[in-house]
Amino acid sequence: MSTFAPYPPPSLETAEHPEQLRRVAIEPLSRVEGHGKVTLLLDENDRVHQVRLHIVEFRGFEKFIQGRPYWEVPVMVQRLCGICPVSHHLAAAKAMDQIVGAHPLTPTAEKVRRLMHYGQILQSHALHFFHLASPDLLFGFDSDPARRNIVGVAQAHPEVAKKGVLLRKFGQEVIRVTAGKRVHGTGAIPGGVNKSLSLAERDALLKDIYQTIAWCREAVHLARRLYEQNPQLYNEFGRIDAHQLALIRADGAMDLYHGGLRARSRDGQTLFDHLDYNHYWEHIFEEVKPWSYMKFPFLRALGPEAGWYRVGPLARVALCDFIPTPFADQERREFLAWAEGAAAGSTLGTHWARMIEMLHAAEVIKDLLHDPDILGEELVTRGERQERGIGIIEAPRGTLIHHYRVNEEDVVTRCNLIVSTTHNNQAMNESIRQVARRYLDGRRLTEGLLNHIEVAIRAFDPCLSCATHALGRMPLMVELIDAQGRSVDRLTRDASAAC
Amino acid sequence: MNMDVRPSFLLDGEEIPFEPGQTVIQAALTAGHYIPHLCYHPEFVPHGSCKLCTVKANGRPAAACTLPAQAGLEVESETEELNDLRRTLVQMLFAEGNHFCPACEKSGNCVLQALGYDLGVMTAGFRHFFLDRPVDASHPDILLDFNRCVLCKLCVRASEEVDGKGVFSLAGRGISRRLIVSAESGRLADTDIAVTDKAVEVCPVGVIIRKHIGFQTPIGRRRYDVRPISAQALEDAPRKPEARHG
Ligand code: SF4
Ligand code: FES
Repeated sequence: MSTFAPYPPPSLETAEHPEQLRRVAIEPLSRVEGHGKVTLLLDENDRVHQVRLHIVEFRGFEKFIQGRPYWEVPVMVQRLCGICPVSHHLAAAKAMDQIVGAHPLTPTAEKVRRLMHYGQILQSHALHFFHLASPDLLFGFDSDPARRNIVGVAQAHPEVAKKGVLLRKFGQEVIRVTAGKRVHGTGAIPGGVNKSLSLAERDALLKDIYQTIAWCREAVHLARRLYEQNPQLYNEFGRIDAHQLALIRADGAMDLYHGGLRARSRDGQTLFDHLDYNHYWEHIFEEVKPWSYMKFPFLRALGPEAGWYRVGPLARVALCDFIPTPFADQERREFLAWAEGAAAGSTLGTHWARMIEMLHAAEVIKDLLHDPDILGEELVTRGERQERGIGIIEAPRGTLIHHYRVNEEDVVTRCNLIVSTTHNNQAMNESIRQVARRYLDGRRLTEGLLNHIEVAIRAFDPCLSCATHALGRMPLMVELIDAQGRSVDRLTRDASAAC
Repeated sequence: MNMDVRPSFLLDGEEIPFEPGQTVIQAALTAGHYIPHLCYHPEFVPHGSCKLCTVKANGRPAAACTLPAQAGLEVESETEELNDLRRTLVQMLFAEGNHFCPACEKSGNCVLQALGYDLGVMTAGFRHFFLDRPVDASHPDILLDFNRCVLCKLCVRASEEVDGKGVFSLAGRGISRRLIVSAESGRLADTDIAVTDKAVEVCPVGVIIRKHIGFQTPIGRRRYDVRPISAQALEDAPRKPEARHG
């Protein structure tokens, strides 16, 4: 071991003498949006000295939207994300409701938007679990990569794969009837929506909703079974103790569309609760680190070092007092009680929590489909025009913040977005450092080992994966560079080759 | 038996009767035959600038919107060669402006987009200019997004001929030709335009926009969601043969 690189380093964020170390980059080569890679610095004994997840955010968007009229924004922002455009659509629409002074929305507008949102949760969670995560979970993290994809799942577990596809399709159909299109819809407009449901649209969805709920229940049980088959691995893998943040309804219930902000520290202390989200910016600050383009948000009360937190399914299921639909709430109780809360704090427990949310989404959709308001005709309201608009929503991957200023000529002058990936930035970094320490340290790197890193990222966020990864083969380039910066070895896996 | 005693010409092999003074496009539309067009509007004097209506008359290219109908003329329009040319023109118009349809409120009601769909334009074909002209949002009810102008001059004609105001004009030549607002400040707020003006309604693309109402019509109920432009244009054509401004 080199005398210049003491081991183990105190944190794996920054190595003391990077110039002595070999650099390995895990780099998906193409992706829908954003640009992410993981770099590792290793010494000659393959000990890990530094691990960093770099994500290049599409920050240009904030500039792009400046000077555009406000009513365009909810439609325009859907370009931000290939996986959850509807979340951006709705967060922006909520912000623009404030701009046009629309409060409250008509019952029809509020409920059609909720329907759209829960349709999005359903389709995104199904995609995330079945297409992106299940190959790792069903076959093992370092199983044969030729099989470790949705096609492999379809061969080995045809029923699982089929249900995954159909669940996603149902969610997309909910989006289509509420937004007009499966992608790039226009349903939510400032002050309301542009359409409600026709009887025929409602009845078509009602026909499939009970089957959908049944499959979602099975999916929760599948996620749970996978966890229980290997509790030690699932409990410990990439585990981090994080503070948590989520929107919560006024009565403490889970509500993914609207609420106040609740933050709880890793030791269970409530940091704030039912915080009016119009004041989020007094409590959440963003730190810039020289090595990453993506900012690192933190809870102001705890400071930049200690104040990082987790958002998303795990945080939401753990933070709410109850889930306001019966099947999902039962599952939540069992999840929280499981091994005295072991699953509720584990990175891989996120998949289980995600499936509980998917079940909840299906139950909410059922209730909304039985509500006559979704057929109503009062679609839009207006009030006193405002200059500032803030919209916060729980997107599939976590809290999503949209914040705008609109001048008296109706064009956007300022825009700030904090997306779920950004909230989870430090949490993901900590989690993969944990994985590197536990699984990679001192071992010769193989595709299977590197996949461990991706498994941890995927528990949080599929968005770093590119479109081709939906087929299970994230294109990867791993390059070994020696101390002089020469490339000594290269391992490439592309989307078309089986590896 | 054909009792029509009016003179006629041949369009793609079919006889099209016309009234003296009508143009080829007027006679064709009245007779239920579509010829693609963009800067032509049945209510205005033809401008003849976009060339989308280009046909071959007795073998020679001509703009159908300005070409007077003549007895015995042989006109070709629905040919692969001409449609290919039209597709290229549409591609050039797309490349010249900022036409990002998914985020444009005119989508579904836009003539340029509808032409693209109808002609089967599948790709951009040319490098985009990536215009970045600021919008004019000064007027309380109307917004101008200059990035989408196709220079059809319809607003200029409408404002002059119908509204009697002359709010708009086209300035510059060739590549630097652009829409301008006829006010000393150059701002729309300093003109006497009103939201009810014909000029506001007539823009075929998303330049002249009524504020606050964008995206209120859901997908599926917009003008060209219902029928393609080739059918819609016939629907809009004057039923009776008339020779307006011909
Ligand atoms: S603003 Fe519209 S109507 Fe006027 S010239 Fe441009 S495209 Fe034509
Ligand atoms: S329609 Fe004839 S030239 Fe434009």
